[in-house]
Amino acid sequence: MYVAVKGGERAIDNAHAWLAEERRGDTSVAELSTSQIREQLALAVNRVMAEGSLYDPDLAALAIKQARGDLIEAIFLIRAYRTTLPRLGASEPVETAKMACDRRISATFKDAPGGQVLGPTFDYTHRLLDFKLAAEGETPQAPEAEPAGGPTPHITGFLNREGVIQSEPEGDEIPPDLTREPMELPANRSLRLQSLSRGDEGFILSMAYSTQRGYARNHAFVGELRIGAVAVEMEVPELGFAIEIGEITLTECETVNQFTGSKTEPAQFTRGYGLVFGQTERKAISMALVDRALRWKELGEEDQGAPAQDEEFVLMHADNIQATGFLEHIKLPHYVDFQSELELVRKLRREAQATSMPEAAE
Amino acid sequence: MTDDASRKHWMGLLAKAAPQDLARLWAKVSMDVQFSFLRVPEVGAVMVRGRAGATGAPFNLGEMTVARCSVQLEGGEIGHAYVQGRDKTHATQAAVIDALMQTGKADTLREHILDPLREDLEQARAARAARAAATKVDFFTMARGED
Repeated sequence: MYVAVKGGERAIDNAHAWLAEERRGDTSVAELSTSQIREQLALAVNRVMAEGSLYDPDLAALAIKQARGDLIEAIFLIRAYRTTLPRLGASEPVETAKMACDRRISATFKDAPGGQVLGPTFDYTHRLLDFKLAAEGETPQAPEAEPAGGPTPHITGFLNREGVIQSEPEGDEIPPDLTREPMELPANRSLRLQSLSRGDEGFILSMAYSTQRGYARNHAFVGELRIGAVAVEMEVPELGFAIEIGEITLTECETVNQFTGSKTEPAQFTRGYGLVFGQTERKAISMALVDRALRWKELGEEDQGAPAQDEEFVLMHADNIQATGFLEHIKLPHYVDFQSELELVRKLRREAQATSMPEAAE
Repeated sequence: MTDDASRKHWMGLLAKAAPQDLARLWAKVSMDVQFSFLRVPEVGAVMVRGRAGATGAPFNLGEMTVARCSVQLEGGEIGHAYVQGRDKTHATQAAVIDALMQTGKADTLREHILDPLREDLEQARAARAARAAATKVDFFTMARGED
């Protein structure tokens, strides 16, 4: 059967022109600038950087504007853009112990050295709509106090000294990169962490929540959550030493989880890890819980058949660009496919009718 | 004539500077510099790595945008720059300054560009640290009637 494959061009052009007009909205309302998005919708910008897997606040703000606030569409734009960039190198692993912390809390130690620093948090707000924000407001001013100075030590460092928490196996081998080679399963922890860090926040959150509700239960304490700026260093071949090439904001979550122990090994807490671009606290905590759940094999735990323990299930469905690409392609023309199915159904119906006819005649 | 540690320091300052700040300071010193490109300014990405559990094996966290450039002055000094973001002018100015820092102009540049950049950076950092410090919790325990 002949199926028209051309002819949509004008309709598509006009659709895109209308999209541009709708994006602008009511022209009696001032146009939004990308710097306004960057400064005032910073957490949306952070999410787009984290899941777009490219740290550049100006680009993320532009993507949000272009996508009319559809964050997954914005992430798609960033992912597409990053494929056009030549890779100039890889950084030294960032030193989160040296982070200039905006926020640093521990749910395990009240008197953690360095203290409980709340930072600019939504916690303890009443979640009541603030109608003052809808009116022209004055510029808010945050109070200041004398900072302690010096880096804030990691909580797990103290536990490590006592030996009550597992230490992380060190190493300096080059980690696998899923943007370069297709992800292979089973994945090692480095590959899992890369995948989780750029994975969809909603998906990672739900997976993490499922572990709390009892699917692969591994009760987690937030040993530490910190948000702040870290320097990025890279070794420059022309120089032969590493230099700082920039500074980025990161959110890091370290969980302290149920302990393991046996007749031969003394009891020890285990750990999960989350590290995400930007101020992205919900995502970092979720990532740490899912990281911990996926470690069941190496920690000698039993497979409870829980979704969060299933590496294939988690890693192959965490990416919202892969997911949306496959999901949304089904709305595009499938005329030929459908025609053949339609023909088949008609044929089956004709055959069924033909066989039932004689009976009806009797 | 320049040791690695101080070069590392100024290159880091130039990398982290906001492009418009560096452009403003560079315009103010108004030096007429003849140079050629060894590598024309180029925008790319650097893969940022973290460590599992902050101290364990490295993993790829995600990329950041970086502009780079290499220049050579008429006198032969070579300057490099790797700067955060996508601003090619930023990368070029940083590379030229890196080269000039190896010449007799170093003191002038330190005074009029590097020191102001460092002060701005320190001020911005101190302002955030002070706000963070104001949100530090001071726990107090209610008297429990024990002796």
